[in-house]
Amino acid sequence: MKTETTRTTRRALLRAGLAGGTAALTTGTAAGARAAGDPAITEIQDWNRYPGKGVDATPYGSPSSFEAHVIRKNVPWLTSDPISSVNFTPLHEIDGIITPSGLCFERHHGGIAEIDPNAHRLMVHGMVDKPLVFTMADLKRFPRENRIYFLECAANSGMEWRGAQLNGCQYTHGMVHCVMYTGVPLRTILNEAGVKPEGKWLLAEGADASAMTRSVPLEKALDDCMVAFGMNGEALRPEQGYPVRLVVPGWEGNMWIKWLRRLEIGDQPWQQREETSKYTDLLATGKARRFTFLMDVKSVITNPSPQAPIRHGKGPLVLTGVAWSGNGRIKRVDVSVDGGRNWHTARIDGPSLPKALHRFYYEFDWDGSELFLQSRAIDEAGFVQPTKDQLRGVRGSNSIYHNNGIQTWHVTEEGSIENVEIS
Amino acid sequence: MSKFRKPLLIIGLSVLASAATALAGDGEHFKLGRVATPDELLAWDIDVRPDGLGLPDGRGTVAHGMEIFDENCASCHGDFGEAVGRWPVLAGGKGTLQADRPEKTIGSYWPYLSTVFDYVRRAMPFGNARSLSDDDVYALTAYLLYLNDVVTNDEFELSKENFADIKLPNETNFIDDDRTKEPFYADKSEPCMENCKPDKATIKAHAAILDVTPEDAGEDDQPANGGIE
Ligand code: HEC
Repeated sequence: MKTETTRTTRRALLRAGLAGGTAALTTGTAAGARAAGDPAITEIQDWNRYPGKGVDATPYGSPSSFEAHVIRKNVPWLTSDPISSVNFTPLHEIDGIITPSGLCFERHHGGIAEIDPNAHRLMVHGMVDKPLVFTMADLKRFPRENRIYFLECAANSGMEWRGAQLNGCQYTHGMVHCVMYTGVPLRTILNEAGVKPEGKWLLAEGADASAMTRSVPLEKALDDCMVAFGMNGEALRPEQGYPVRLVVPGWEGNMWIKWLRRLEIGDQPWQQREETSKYTDLLATGKARRFTFLMDVKSVITNPSPQAPIRHGKGPLVLTGVAWSGNGRIKRVDVSVDGGRNWHTARIDGPSLPKALHRFYYEFDWDGSELFLQSRAIDEAGFVQPTKDQLRGVRGSNSIYHNNGIQTWHVTEEGSIENVEIS
Repeated sequence: MSKFRKPLLIIGLSVLASAATALAGDGEHFKLGRVATPDELLAWDIDVRPDGLGLPDGRGTVAHGMEIFDENCASCHGDFGEAVGRWPVLAGGKGTLQADRPEKTIGSYWPYLSTVFDYVRRAMPFGNARSLSDDDVYALTAYLLYLNDVVTNDEFELSKENFADIKLPNETNFIDDDRTKEPFYADKSEPCMENCKPDKATIKAHAAILDVTPEDAGEDDQPANGGIE
């Protein structure tokens, strides 16, 4: 502590002395030549002169202080209480296909459970040969796999059913993230208990204060689901279900039970609150669809967008965004700058993995005129992202969930951007 | 190492060959974990299905449910389930499912009574989950039926025995996922690339007019819809 203070003081003194010296120099000699240069180049910067902090300054690293605005944000009036609420991934501030762990949106129904992994158990029971209990240490002795998947909340873009509402892709589309999971295939764990032939459904339950539950068809459970304890190479974050969560690739985020503690096999779905009262899609007819598990083909332009206006004026512009589909890979993304009159095929860059985010770019010369930006994704099953009007035409405006309609951003001549609906 | 590799390969293959192999449970085992005890199963297996599977022994009346509700639930959900502020509404809303602002409650929307029992037992009261006795949960479920006019007699007693006989009014209005039949999904032809719409785009609606984005929104700004669920 003492050395730190002394060093700071000495450095401050040095700096003061130097500034005086520079001033003297400037007035004395070629002031004109100096003024013509970029001070970022012509002046020696502090970081170029004084050594920075040593290796252990932040044993667990954090982003540059200049990136402090790159954070999840919530919309307080959306929910009654932050314990059962949501915040949003800052999609306009990130690139590539992997979401940094600390920026993955959060949705909890009973707050973040802080679980001691030594006190955590996973139980497998119901229609099985023998009910089993696993510790975290047990789970880490099964053969594992690493897989990259997107996770999207079924209510992502839910506000927009009733027309343009929120200004920013963080709020309209930020209930999605994509990370690499490390874990055990669910079938390996179920197989250990021995699923009986009558078993058709799986109930997954969390250990949090909402004891979150969802019914998953056994076919899906045995296909590509995982019991994951890692994300992006490290342990799951508490808000993402530490120490262990379910991964249900391509299906709605609510099913990816966090803080996973129980797996029960049965012959019927359990009709839990989150598959009856919630996560059912009310249609204009008054009927409601249930078990709408799959997340449809979707895309959004993340830059430019309302929170990331065009500040550089006319000329070269990098338009970028993300696309994803619960059906598998994204085959193509088209971009329109005139509100869907004409489309240009965008360039997909980076890995193209099934049920993962895809990054697309469309570079063009902006002439400074008004734009209506849209993106349209097509997945490998041939499904084309619909317009919001097409969706409303069939479903009405009260579905809340599964809004994958094409998003429009209006760019003004000044470069400011707004969420709009157009003809 | 080689000992470990083999079973892994076999499992991978058996799953590829047929899901039924894994289903029947005759794939390779790792002999990890231990058998769950009956007390452990009893402690955690609290889910209840519409056919009544999983219901514990117990009973409770509407009148008793009202007492518990007033004390433990009404502060958020209102005396009659009408809700205080933005907490969830539990009663009313009948006939609103096709309205501009549907009110989805136990009486107007939920398909099964078992969900009420299951959910209240696992997650309510908010902030003190698992604090109610099974009899309390029967009584509260009975009272929620009463608040929703599904039962009208306040002496009605709900029990494990009569539970599965009670149907909620909206049960038949739930349908299977038929999204792939929607015209824009059924039609898998190549989408239009050029001159797809006649006139220049014009703005029909601005998010800015509603101005509900957090950075610019005042405290009182509310969205057109009730938010996410
Ligand atoms: C502190 C406020 C609070 C109290 C007290 C409370 N609840 Fe709740 N209740 C909530 C919240 C918040 C939710 C929604 C939780 C979520 O988002 O998952 C909820 C959800 C519910 C639901 C599901 C509503 C729906 O439409 O899906 C039922 C049923 C319910 N509560 C019953 C009760 C009962 C019965 C009690 C008393 C034993 C109770 N609640 C006490 C806040 C409260």
